[in-house]
Amino acid sequence: MECVFGLVGEGFAVVAADTSAVHSILVHKSNEDKIMVLDSHKLIAASGEPGDRVQFTEYIQKNVALYQFRNGIPLTTAAAANFTRGELATALRKNPYSVNILLAGYDKETGPALYYIDYIATLHKVDKGAFGYGSYFSLSTMDRHYHSRMSVEEAIDLVDKCIVEIRSRLVVAPPNFVIKIVDKDGAREYAWRETVKDSIASSA
Amino acid sequence: MKLDTSGLESTAPFFGSSHELNDGFSAVPSFEIPDTIDFDGFQKEAVQMVKPAKGTTTLAFIFKEGVMVAADSRASMGGYISSQSVKKIIEINPYMLGTMAGGAADCQFWHRNLGIKCRLHELANKSRISVTGASKLLANILFSYRGMGLSVGTMIAGWDETGPGLYYVDSEGGRLKGTRFSVGSGSPYAYGVLDNGYRYDMSIEEAAELARRAIYHATFRDAASGGVASVYYVGPNGWKKLSGDDVGELHYEYYPVLPSTVEQEMVEVAAA
Repeated sequence: MECVFGLVGEGFAVVAADTSAVHSILVHKSNEDKIMVLDSHKLIAASGEPGDRVQFTEYIQKNVALYQFRNGIPLTTAAAANFTRGELATALRKNPYSVNILLAGYDKETGPALYYIDYIATLHKVDKGAFGYGSYFSLSTMDRHYHSRMSVEEAIDLVDKCIVEIRSRLVVAPPNFVIKIVDKDGAREYAWRETVKDSIASSA
Repeated sequence: MKLDTSGLESTAPFFGSSHELNDGFSAVPSFEIPDTIDFDGFQKEAVQMVKPAKGTTTLAFIFKEGVMVAADSRASMGGYISSQSVKKIIEINPYMLGTMAGGAADCQFWHRNLGIKCRLHELANKSRISVTGASKLLANILFSYRGMGLSVGTMIAGWDETGPGLYYVDSEGGRLKGTRFSVGSGSPYAYGVLDNGYRYDMSIEEAAELARRAIYHATFRDAASGGVASVYYVGPNGWKKLSGDDVGELHYEYYPVLPSTVEQEMVEVAAA
């Protein structure tokens, strides 16, 4: 039931994820931020088992930071994606992590990039990608309306189209989504799309 | 190139008892396996057996004055109520509480272990550990045991320098920060009462009554919850137990038996 999707535009990449933390029929919270800021210009949108999701993405985040400390320069998006995939692959036949990841980043030399990394360590560089039951609705919507070098307004419009489609067609649709964007100015939160508000705004 | 073929050797010889050595081949180190046809399935079954064991209702929420923590006290083994007086709110240290749902031994042991780690942190760093830190310690431990059959669904509630803190931690490795949680088989019922009656600005008495009421309603509908509804409050000076009421008695407090009009009385038929 976790929905994660993203796409690449002109000079930026945008990812959206639902924000429900669910345990069988119970929604524990509906403002859980599943898009982690990996470093200044990278985002990891992850979906999967709750323990694995947080532990694995934090592990990647700390190792990326370590590389930067040791070598004085940050990893490129491609390098970070390949590192992530390598860790998933190594663990796969011993102690697999059930996490699906969309890694979005911006490099000065190569521009924006989006990588699709699934739980069995598949790696693809893509223009648009999605995970979860929501992918059944968002992928076709994105396929129909996507074109290369979209502007931020067009891309956010497409993201909203996907969210509307998921909300109306998915039987147990998550109520809230978070949208984050990464471009030359860095990785940051763009917006929340909420239909259910927790009574006091608690940060994840 | 020498290949390692130890994986191809069989542990059981063809004939005779397993203690005999055949033809000078050394016995491969072996261990007893359960007497089943499907060993992998058996392992999964064993883990699944523990899973529904979270027969309990616990809840905690943050409000203006601090954190309110409440739980029932019933332990059930299938249809048998093994105890009505289990302490499900565990005192980790004077300013942090943990709730118990799932395996009692697992929760008690790991909470005690967490208390030890918190104390060591205090001694090493000359300051109290935060609720964030304590919950992360527990979550990391539980994550490292994932898939091995631990059953823990706990909430860590406490007061630290940043104010009141509440985290949900479970044996799958999940850890969530939040303002309202309920864990256990009775949790959906408790959420129904808790969500509706919750306001951030409540007094301590109002919050305690909300917590008590939510536990009571959960024990009313959930067979695996019952006994005593305990309510604890965590404030800036640490935790304090506020009440422990038998839910049977609470029932008649909330819904007293009203004298009802008798519609029809049976009368003796006069002898003909």
